[in-house]
Amino acid sequence: MVFVIRRILQSALVVLVMSLVVFVGVNVVGDPVHILISDDMTKEEVDRFVRQLGLDRPLHEQYLHFLANAARGDLGNSFVHGEPALKLILERMPATLELAFAAFLLAVIVGIPLGMYAGLKPESPASRAIMAGSILGFSLPTFWVGLMMIMVFAVMLGWLPSTGRGDFMTWDGLRHLALPAINLALFKMALVTRLARAGTREAALQDYVKFARAKGLSPSRVVLVHVLKNILVPVVTVLGLELGGLIAFSVVTETVFAWPGMGKLLIDSIQRLDRPVIVAYLVITVLMFVVINLIVDLLYAALDPRVRLREMKA
Amino acid sequence: MTLASRTAAVLLTAILAFNAQAQDLRIGLASEPTSMDPHYHNLSPNNSLLSHVFESLVDQDERQRLQPGLAESWKAIDDTTWEFKLRRGVKFHDGTPFTADDVLFSFERAPNVEGSPASFGIYSRGKTLVKVDDHTVHFKTAAAYPLMPNDVSQIFIISRKHGQGARTPDYNSGKAAVGTGAFKYVEYTPGNRIILQRNESYWGPRPQWARVVFRGIKSAPSRVAALLAGDADMIEQVPAIDMERLKRDPNLSIAQIVSNRIMYLHLDHFRDDSPFVKAKDGGPIKNPLRDPRVRTALSKAIDRDTIVSRVMEGVAIKAGQLLPEGFFGVSRKLQPVAFDPNGAKKLLAEAGVPNGFRLTIHSPNDRYPNDAKIAEAIGQMLTRAGIDTQVVTMTSGVFFREASSGGPDKTPKFSLILAGWGSGTGETSSPLKSLLATFDPKKGMGGANRGRYSNPEVDKLIDQALATVDDAKRQDLLARAAEVAVEDVGIIPLHYVVNVWAMRKGFSYKARADEYTLAGGVSRSN
Repeated sequence: MVFVIRRILQSALVVLVMSLVVFVGVNVVGDPVHILISDDMTKEEVDRFVRQLGLDRPLHEQYLHFLANAARGDLGNSFVHGEPALKLILERMPATLELAFAAFLLAVIVGIPLGMYAGLKPESPASRAIMAGSILGFSLPTFWVGLMMIMVFAVMLGWLPSTGRGDFMTWDGLRHLALPAINLALFKMALVTRLARAGTREAALQDYVKFARAKGLSPSRVVLVHVLKNILVPVVTVLGLELGGLIAFSVVTETVFAWPGMGKLLIDSIQRLDRPVIVAYLVITVLMFVVINLIVDLLYAALDPRVRLREMKA
Repeated sequence: MTLASRTAAVLLTAILAFNAQAQDLRIGLASEPTSMDPHYHNLSPNNSLLSHVFESLVDQDERQRLQPGLAESWKAIDDTTWEFKLRRGVKFHDGTPFTADDVLFSFERAPNVEGSPASFGIYSRGKTLVKVDDHTVHFKTAAAYPLMPNDVSQIFIISRKHGQGARTPDYNSGKAAVGTGAFKYVEYTPGNRIILQRNESYWGPRPQWARVVFRGIKSAPSRVAALLAGDADMIEQVPAIDMERLKRDPNLSIAQIVSNRIMYLHLDHFRDDSPFVKAKDGGPIKNPLRDPRVRTALSKAIDRDTIVSRVMEGVAIKAGQLLPEGFFGVSRKLQPVAFDPNGAKKLLAEAGVPNGFRLTIHSPNDRYPNDAKIAEAIGQMLTRAGIDTQVVTMTSGVFFREASSGGPDKTPKFSLILAGWGSGTGETSSPLKSLLATFDPKKGMGGANRGRYSNPEVDKLIDQALATVDDAKRQDLLARAAEVAVEDVGIIPLHYVVNVWAMRKGFSYKARADEYTLAGGVSRSN
């Protein structure tokens, strides 16, 4: 419990520092007023808009005002849309979560078996092919792969829709999900494959595996129970962090596939210097990372009996 | 023909006909509206989409010529009063009749929307509305105001019944989004899609489409792919780089029209010591851009044909003035300046800078089609003429702040900039007032005059034109003002942007100069 409270306090501090950095940063980058107004407006009209947004006040006052409102759960209204920033983000969160979890599942379901196979039979041609493929997964730029997938599967073959999102958990929805999820998963898949392979190769030489074999356990039981369990700790650590990244920064995939998620909102907001949305987005992102890290820590304890949470306070 | 095959043929025809009818129109948008509130944000994507649901008293056709909308007719009955006769028998989507009260209410709400980033006040200001009867409204101004119908065409009429106390979120949710337009609001999911449905009791011609689905696909290659894959029937803002390929594709067709947007260069007219003009050796120099001969030399050093054919891939038309041929107030005399490097060098010599000088051109890199590439091309062309030109491009958020007020005392920071101007009103007073009139924020003049060009003769002609109700006389005054300003090289016109739509075979679109993508303009032939 103490551990959890400590984590929450730490994250509050991170959120505070981050919001200050974003506040100052956006102000240094540019002036949202000049992007939003039309040049035909008179000075009074522009001044009125600036006053309504509170941008006429000094930056520190704006920031304190933001903090006071944030304490009440109000992260401000979007300059561009005139609606609460939090509402805009939460509206788009389901689409992003759907995409991120689909990609995450794909990465795990494909990556771990491939990696374990490559780890158990490192010299076989199939393993070499898997490892070569994982290098491609790492190094090809996401937007290029995304566009190529659209060209091949949507334009040339016509199997899957090119862009957009269907309704959740329907056939149409899954068809729309397929390409962006694969696109987003490729990099993670490659990562998981390599992690699983390295772990498997190491575990296969350990005494407990030799012992299990010597005991006459079936090869499948050795692999699925003894090896798998022991390679999961590094995989879970990395995947936990990567899941946060998947949710928060799937910007490229969302843009290429016109997926109506939060990433698209973030990139649009940055382009228009819509500060309330940018700040709210990053606050949510930080909180999400904190929660995921917490879950990862708890999972450690479940996966590895040697880990005890109180040790991690240090 | 056997009975069976005949039945099959009839059935097949019926199915095909049914499919064609039942089909939605699916449009891929390059930029989505920021809101469904018709008075929230005066921005092209908003106005374009909302004109399906809401209408104005005065309509603009595809070349921005004024047409009767919710008003059947209008005329100036004296110097300061315009009379608008409203269309009878028009009903809002909820069935309530449209009357003068809705007009008065709309003009009252339009300038007063909370948090509006680009207010419609620019069109409603200075006008007092008087209801004469349910179908007659008088618009009064302090002085003669010829642009009344143009201004009125920009304000959407909303239902008073639903609009009272309604805020922007009420329009986004659809609660208050009740208009008179040919389509009704069905769904608005920001970032995803907007669905509209045909208004079966529309007063005008019934559109061909029962349902229209707009999807925002901002990334240009993805937008093209959505069209190629058949996920969209039509897309807007076709990237120039894909034009050739799409034109050759037998399954697609293209619609294009020259737009109301001019790309131009603004030069520092107001400082003797201009921050980005230096002598060849890097030392200070008296700002040569204030000499009209130097400005003409710059204009002659630019090869507009090459910019149009190479940089814009043919999707532009070289410009000699502020608006293309056919728009109100354009000059018949002004022609694009021809590429003449020797003439440019001669003029520079005459102006006392035979060896040229150093200059920096600033440009946004994400605002206009190929903006950064155009700036780079111009940098090379000027350098060839002896003016060593450096090119600096930046994101528009930074660019417009600096270009408008980044210098000391909120003056423009740069010496030479590339920018664009689209005329919302579709006539020449718009660019004249914003780009070339003397900067005076109180009067709303010179709002985008980032070179601080100031010419008393131009100002006088603009003032005269804006006080002349007679169309023929105003046309001449505007053309004259444009001639004086452009011959004095207040700005250097480069080219007009061409608007391009691409659609699946069998579809056609009445291309529009104002960049609007309207479902009512899409038809299907087979």
